[in-house]
Amino acid sequence: MTETEMIARWVVPGARVLDLGCGDGTLLKHLWQTRQAPGYGVEIDDAQVIECISNDVNVLQMDLEDGLSAFRDDSFDYVILSETIQTIHRQEPLMREMLRVGREAIVSFPNFGFWRARLQITLEGHMPVSEELPYQWYDTPNVHHCTLIDFEDLCAKLGIRVLERLVLRDGKPVTWLRNLLGSLAIYRVSM
Amino acid sequence: MIVVPQKALFDQPLALKGGATLPAFEIAYETYGELNAARSNAVLVCHALNASHHVAGTYADDPNNIGWWDNMVGPGKPLDTNRFFVVGNNYIGSCFGSTGPTSTNPATGKPWGADFPLVTVEDWVAAQARLADYLGIERFAAAIGGSLGAMQALQWTLSFPERVRHAIVIAATPRLTAQNIAFNEVARQAIMTDPDFHGGHYYEQGVVPRRGLRIARMIGHITYLSDDAMMEKFGRVLRGKIAPGYDFDVDFEIESYLRHQGDKFADYFDANTYLRITKALDYYDPAAEFGGDIAAAMARAKANFLIISFASDWRFAPSRSREIVRALLDNRRVLSYVENDAPHGHDAFLLDDPRYFAALRAYFGNIEL
Repeated sequence: MTETEMIARWVVPGARVLDLGCGDGTLLKHLWQTRQAPGYGVEIDDAQVIECISNDVNVLQMDLEDGLSAFRDDSFDYVILSETIQTIHRQEPLMREMLRVGREAIVSFPNFGFWRARLQITLEGHMPVSEELPYQWYDTPNVHHCTLIDFEDLCAKLGIRVLERLVLRDGKPVTWLRNLLGSLAIYRVSM
Repeated sequence: MIVVPQKALFDQPLALKGGATLPAFEIAYETYGELNAARSNAVLVCHALNASHHVAGTYADDPNNIGWWDNMVGPGKPLDTNRFFVVGNNYIGSCFGSTGPTSTNPATGKPWGADFPLVTVEDWVAAQARLADYLGIERFAAAIGGSLGAMQALQWTLSFPERVRHAIVIAATPRLTAQNIAFNEVARQAIMTDPDFHGGHYYEQGVVPRRGLRIARMIGHITYLSDDAMMEKFGRVLRGKIAPGYDFDVDFEIESYLRHQGDKFADYFDANTYLRITKALDYYDPAAEFGGDIAAAMARAKANFLIISFASDWRFAPSRSREIVRALLDNRRVLSYVENDAPHGHDAFLLDDPRYFAALRAYFGNIEL
């Protein structure tokens, strides 16, 4: 099962969705087609914005680092941050903003605690490069990696409740030693 | 693409927002492409301050007269006339063919001149709706415009929510700022204090307030370009000199450019029209009757929107477009917003930045016919 399908399972039909860092709009299109969930995407990259328009997805070209002041309190059922949190400079204000404008947030990220990443650092002595983390350290949109434990610590600090957690390896759920064996984490959280 | 300008006469009076009534009026227009059998592929193009109904193509007897948005509109272009029936129109009060101050006042047999009433964006849209009736267009697939043209596209969604499916609103503002109005007032003062203005009755004196028009245009041009674009284009380069002249002749290229633009403008533009258009800009404020609440004003709109702004535009900055975006989000409209970082300033909406054009091409491609 793809991440898109996993996230879609959590979205109740007809829900209002805001997808931050929406890329070419694949997730929003999928949510519309399978859950009749109307939504908006926020994206900064010119080429991706044009792809969204081609895909007939509502897209707003804005910088997430500027906050979500365009959106009113509680105007969405879900605010999604899919594999984008590691590209953000300031996670705390964004997480607060997400749960101001949305009832719940869905956050996914590549798990930096995955055993292969750990191995590359501890044994090979270099920054991890993998399918999930395909970038060289000097040429990457990623600025703040985290592990499952790190993310849950941040949630605790901000008073955010974890409602559901899904940890995956090759698209399959990981049910034990998640922070070591999972390469991708998806959380559903609320205030 | 060879095109032919046309005129439509409307003999039913048009009550204007300012209280006056136009007894009858003409609209100059051009069309490109074919109206389909379902009459579902019509796109209205609205022009800004100094443009006209001549949006695209050339004239058989004037091949160098290319439409002002020819890069955007035509076969295979972002607004593709192989697919859409595009209508260019000249708003009333202008000086390019539609009824305006230079037209004959039926009551006197002389040009309207200073007696031509003040017209508003709402009046233009009401007149355009008559043109749509005349052309057999019940509902436009889209209305599109930049700057003052964008205000018309926006107003279409408010005046006639059922008659426009998409609004493409480029380099726009929901209302002018005090600074915007200030620039307009300086331009108007330049015209009205020109000794050749004669209170607007200069036609009968056989003169044109050229000095005023030139200065008005020079001020306008400064606001259309970004500081960076102006520096990039002109720098501090001297005009035909190797050293400053220490006199008041042209020293810098930018001075020469502004004088040239001013002269050109004074040759073809009507001062009474300029005064009225800047007033229409100043007055436009759809939120005024909703206590300034733009979201409440936009509640009537039913169209889908594409809003485009340019980061280097300081005349109508992206923050102004974002006000419209926020109002539409509050109303949960179908909406996309593009913030383009082309460096050219307000005039970027007339240029062919590839990302800007790709966004428009993609948007038009998804409009169902």
